[in-house]
Amino acid sequence: MFVPCTDSAPDLTGCTLLMPAVSVGNVGQLAMDLIISTLNMCKIGYFYTDCLVPMVGNNPYATAEENSAELSINTEVYSLPSRKLVALQLRSIFIKYKSKSFCEKLLAWVKSSGFSRVIVLSSSHSYHRNDLQLRSAPFRYLLTPSMQKSVQNKMKNLNWQEMEKSPCIPEMKDSELCIRIPGGGITKTLYDESCSKGIQMAVLLKFASEGDNIPDAIGLVEYLNEWLQITKPCSDSKPSTLPWKFPSSWRLLFGSGLPPALF
Amino acid sequence: MAATFFGEVVKAPCRAGTEEEEEEDDEGRRETPEDREVRRQLAKKREVRLLQGQTKTSLEVPLLEKYPCSKFIIAIGSNAVAFLSSFVMNSGVWEEVGCTKLWNEWCRTTDTVHLSPTEAFCVFYRLKSNPSIFLCQCSCYVAEDQQYQWLEKVFGSCPRKNMQITILTCRHITEYKTPEAPSSLPSPFLKALKTQTYKDAVCCSLLEQPNIAHDLPAAVLSYCQVWKIPAVLYLCYTDVMQLDLVTVEAFKPALSSRSLAGLAKNIPQSTEMLKRLMTTSEIQSNIYT
Repeated sequence: MFVPCTDSAPDLTGCTLLMPAVSVGNVGQLAMDLIISTLNMCKIGYFYTDCLVPMVGNNPYATAEENSAELSINTEVYSLPSRKLVALQLRSIFIKYKSKSFCEKLLAWVKSSGFSRVIVLSSSHSYHRNDLQLRSAPFRYLLTPSMQKSVQNKMKNLNWQEMEKSPCIPEMKDSELCIRIPGGGITKTLYDESCSKGIQMAVLLKFASEGDNIPDAIGLVEYLNEWLQITKPCSDSKPSTLPWKFPSSWRLLFGSGLPPALF
Repeated sequence: MAATFFGEVVKAPCRAGTEEEEEEDDEGRRETPEDREVRRQLAKKREVRLLQGQTKTSLEVPLLEKYPCSKFIIAIGSNAVAFLSSFVMNSGVWEEVGCTKLWNEWCRTTDTVHLSPTEAFCVFYRLKSNPSIFLCQCSCYVAEDQQYQWLEKVFGSCPRKNMQITILTCRHITEYKTPEAPSSLPSPFLKALKTQTYKDAVCCSLLEQPNIAHDLPAAVLSYCQVWKIPAVLYLCYTDVMQLDLVTVEAFKPALSSRSLAGLAKNIPQSTEMLKRLMTTSEIQSNIYT
C-alpha cells in the first residue's frame, strides 16, 4: 500500500508513473536511479508491501552531508510535480511466489490514484534475440490497447521498433505466437494485467546481459527521453557530456578497494 | 548465458533474480492441485507462531498490541544476544512474556511447543521494574518469506509512534564496501542507521552509502521508517560471526545511548558474565589434542 511521507496524501491524478521491472542486469532500476537523481525528484512516500526482500540504507541520491542521513527502504515513490511525473523505485528482488500479488497491488494503486499512464522500464536477455533482433537497435516498446490510440503515431514518427512476437513454445514448429520477455521479471505480467484492466501502459525495454549495466541504463533513459523529453539535450555541450547525473550510491558498484599487497 | 575464455557456454546467474520468476510462470501453467497442496503445506510449516511466555499457548493478538511498550530492544544474532544477556539482562529482573517459533532450512526445530530458552529462537522479555520496556533475543535466522510475518506477529497492523526501537546485529566485514581494502579496516566496528523520527544522538558514525542492511533488522527498520516510529539499528561489522568476546564488546558504545542508558548497571560484573558465556560455548576438545 502507498504510505505518504507527510500526513496528507499527495494528489497523483493525471500523473505519469515511471517504474522499473526487476529484470536482467537491473537495467530498469538503474535507469530509474538516473531519472530520480538527474531530475532531483523528491520522495513523497513508500509503496509498503510484503512482496520484496527488505533492505535499508542511507539516502542513495545524497549530494551533501546534510541530506546523506535520510533512510531509504526497498520501495519508494518520488515525484516531480512540474512535469506531473511520479517515479516508483524498487531496490530488491521479489520474495518467492509474491510477484503476482505485487502486480495486483500495484495496479490497484495505479487505478485508485488516477495515474494517466504507466511507463515500465525493463530489459530482456540479449542471448534470446533472433537474427533480426541481433541486427537491429536493442530497444523495443510495447503498448497496451488503451495506450495505442494516444501514442502509436508518436512511436512511428520516432521510428521505434515494437517488440516482436515469438513462438509460445519455441520447440514447436507451428506454435502460436505471443509476446515473450525472457529475463523481464514482472514485465509480462504487468503488461498482460494492464491490457485486461484497460490501463494505459507502455513498456520500454533494452536487450541486455549481466555485467556493467550502466551503459544499458543510460541507453534506456535516452530512449525514454526521445519520447518524453524529460531532460533537454544540451546542444552546446561536447558530445561526450552526459546530461544524466550518477547517484552517489553507484560508488563501489563492483566491490571495495583492493589490498595493496595483491600487487 | 556467457562464453568463457575456453569457449564453453555457461549460464550466468541473473542479479535481478528473474530465473525463479520464469520458473514460476511455467509452474503456474502446469501446477496441479497436488502441487498447490504441497505449496500450502510448506507455507503452513513455515508459519511464524507467537507463543505466550508461561503457558506456551498461541498468542492470538500481536505481542505489542497485548502489552504497552515504550522501549523495545532487539538483538539479532549470537553476538548481539550475548551482549544483551551479559550487559542488560544481567542488570535487572526480566520475565519471559513470549517467543516466536518458526521453521526454515537454516533453523530446524522439532515440532514441540515446549521450547527451553536455549532452544527457543526469538524470546521476548519484559523488565519487571518497568513493564513497558521489552527485549527480544533472536538467535536464529528468520527467512525472507517469514520476516513480514514476524513483524505482523510482533508489531501488528496498528503501529504505535510513542515507542522507541533499538536493534543490534552483526554483519561480516566483507560485506562492508569501502574505497580502502577491507583487510585494512580496524575490525570490529560499529555503524548506525536511524529512522527519520529518531532524534537522539547515535553512539557511532552512520552507515555510509552504498552500504545497506538486510534480513530481519532491515525489515524492522523499514517498518519503523514507513510508520514513523523512532528506531536505530546498530550494525557491528566483524570478521568473526561466531560468538566472540571482542565482537560482543564492540557493542559497548551503545550502552551510552538513550535507549540503553540506565539498563546496564554493573559493567565489571557483566564483563565477567560475558567471559563465562564464552568459556562455556568454546569447543572443549578437538581431534588434534
